[in-house]
Amino acid sequence: MSLRSPMGRVLGLGTAKGGSHHWWMQRVTSVALLFLTLWFVAALLRLGEFDYALVTGWIGKPVNAVLLSLLIGTSTYHSQLGVQVVVEDYVVAKLLKTVVMMLLTFVHVALAALGIFAVLRIAFGAAA
Amino acid sequence: MSTGTNPSAGSKHVRPLSPFMMYRWQYTMALSILTRITGIALSFGLLLLVYWLVAAASGADAYAKAHAFFASPVIIAALVLFSFSFFYHLMNGARHLVWDAGYGFEKSTARKSGWVAFLGAIALTVFFWFLVFSSRGAV
Repeated sequence: MSLRSPMGRVLGLGTAKGGSHHWWMQRVTSVALLFLTLWFVAALLRLGEFDYALVTGWIGKPVNAVLLSLLIGTSTYHSQLGVQVVVEDYVVAKLLKTVVMMLLTFVHVALAALGIFAVLRIAFGAAA
Repeated sequence: MSTGTNPSAGSKHVRPLSPFMMYRWQYTMALSILTRITGIALSFGLLLLVYWLVAAASGADAYAKAHAFFASPVIIAALVLFSFSFFYHLMNGARHLVWDAGYGFEKSTARKSGWVAFLGAIALTVFFWFLVFSSRGAV
């Protein structure tokens, strides 16, 4: 058994380089969403009455399907990062915090999977 | 600058206090917490987005149901709030990115940019819904 303190063992080794990952990914996703969401809002305005044929036709176009998939993936990731901070700030009990965070992760991943699958289903023509 | 009271004021050793316990209320605080509130709202908004896509992928009948759902007054009211949440979160998010890049920290600048974010979000929301309804001939 080493008599070196935990601090002594890590001194001089530098950081684990993981401390800023959450913060950085929040910025990366926010810049991506700046473009993706503005594209999406502009596209919504051109869908008029939101007829079924028009909407599925629009979703099914390759460029739209890819951008929509990116929008869903990026926004659910960004949302996950955001609610994580909210939970960390307001949920004090450690067990509850862990459980809530895990449930929110499940919900976000499920939403991303559902949304992207729906888009691909339309794009590959399996719908209707 | 603070009008709050430090509980240790008057005692022999005046302890420093975390800023949030000291600062008098300022509207920039409301702008700050509104970013978080609109962010949480948008997380719920994702449910609607995914519901819309899943309905569209599930065929004409399912989509017709979703179409009726989105046309109900309560949901339209919710969509108006979601759209404001989106535009505000977008504007203040951009404001934060500018701060992250190291600009706009001057007190007067930060206050001005706060107003730009808030009023800009209201303007964009009104403009968006004007375009929605005018494209349908309802206005």
